[in-house]
Amino acid sequence: MKKLVEKHPLAIRWFHWVNFPVLMLMIWSGLWIYWANDAYRIGWGNTTLYKFFPQSFYQFVHLDHKLAQGMAWHFVLMWVFFINGLLYVGYTFLSGEWRYLLPNRHSFREAIEVTLHDLGLRKAAPLVQKYNGAQRIAYTAVLLMGVGSLLTGLAIYKPTQFGWLTSLLGGYGAARVEHFVLTIGYVLFFVVHVAQVGRAGWNNFRSMVAGFEIEDVPTGGAAGPVLAQREPNKRG
Amino acid sequence: MDQKPIPPHVSPDGEDLRLPPGSALDREATRRTRRSFIGLGLAGLGGVLGWRYLLNRPQIEGVPAPFRQVLNANGRLTQAYLRETRLAPEFAKSQGVAKVRTNGSAGLTSALDPAAWRMVVQPYGGGKAQEFTLADIQALPRVEMTTELKCIEGWSIVVNWAGARFSDFLAKYPLASRSGQPVKDIANPPADLAPYVGITTPDEKYYVGLDMPTVLHPQTLLCYEINGQPLSLAHGAPLRLVTPLKYGIKHLKRIGTIAFADTKPADYWAEQGYDWYASH
Repeated sequence: MKKLVEKHPLAIRWFHWVNFPVLMLMIWSGLWIYWANDAYRIGWGNTTLYKFFPQSFYQFVHLDHKLAQGMAWHFVLMWVFFINGLLYVGYTFLSGEWRYLLPNRHSFREAIEVTLHDLGLRKAAPLVQKYNGAQRIAYTAVLLMGVGSLLTGLAIYKPTQFGWLTSLLGGYGAARVEHFVLTIGYVLFFVVHVAQVGRAGWNNFRSMVAGFEIEDVPTGGAAGPVLAQREPNKRG
Repeated sequence: MDQKPIPPHVSPDGEDLRLPPGSALDREATRRTRRSFIGLGLAGLGGVLGWRYLLNRPQIEGVPAPFRQVLNANGRLTQAYLRETRLAPEFAKSQGVAKVRTNGSAGLTSALDPAAWRMVVQPYGGGKAQEFTLADIQALPRVEMTTELKCIEGWSIVVNWAGARFSDFLAKYPLASRSGQPVKDIANPPADLAPYVGITTPDEKYYVGLDMPTVLHPQTLLCYEINGQPLSLAHGAPLRLVTPLKYGIKHLKRIGTIAFADTKPADYWAEQGYDWYASH
């Protein structure tokens, strides 16, 4: 029997869709700032495998000579990013949603199963639940990355006034590298996230907009369509 | 690994999720889906229009007004957190770099006659501008410190500086208060002290504004030496400002004129969209 099952509460959907453009603009303005001292590369000694970023990249998307504008956007939007993140964390704790989001003792094994399945190396599909082990780990990790971005960001924004934080993170130069690496992390998260949402299909994507998912629930009793509430104790 | 696209009505496990057409459930799903996507679309449109509206407000110092207001609030917040007693971390002299990077030459392009150079100070209480030679500044207690200079571009270097505390200058020369009292104790300055100080190069092509707590900070120096050597021309000979609670853009080279003010003095980089406070 098919049911509309409530999946994502309205608050979580808002936090998600507010965060998406804000994080994009943070990364964009961050690139304007990074351009002014684009010192990072992957390589060793005189060998450079990849330079962050090639001149053509800056020119292609007009990222150059916008340091002041980048800082203005970054230091305004940081408040939106911070407050939205804070509300999200507060909401997940007060509503009990954290139970689906935090990894538990099964999550690591599940995450391996999910990964093997998604790569086509394992036939059996993982147990259907609101968030599988891989998702729990990924969504908790990206939240911790958000905290990391705020802390490393604060350390490079006010390295003297928050000198204790800056030295805790290894100094001004190190904190800037950490802030940059976390940003690369978001980009990688985004790529995998969008690919997985694409794979999971329309029903799953719609749930992040409309809140519900259609589920075909085997029944022994009442026939006919019903509206159902997700039962947390069964699906936790 | 077969990657056939999943049709919208099929779950990843191959379940057919089509609802009986025209059923109450189907109508409910359609209604909620339509409503939610229209809501998201409108929210997105509102976000784009709102963001564009904010970006197109009249500019204040190179930044749209609402952004400038938030940046100023950020500045006030950090000013409130800042204490005169909070010091920038100091390093061992040996950690200072031997070759100190120079960045920018605005205000340094005109010719300089070191013998004729004077630092001109306009007293807050009015009256005739006073002139000071380098020897006058060097007669004040010499303070040496090794701090990290942070450029707003995102790089930093540890530099060994020496000079006189700005506050020692104002202790000896009572120019910053209306009633002509000296700053004997930086924690307890005269009540009628000027709230702001503006400094320009002799050719007035580079200029910075500072608030009085920054000026009185014990690490704010009228600096005449780097690594124990007199300043080079590129580093701001004969006298420059060093204030390690601020980005390098506030470390004006080749001091020309100092004036006290009731409102935020003009600032070269703030006019081009950077934070006026530039504290870090």
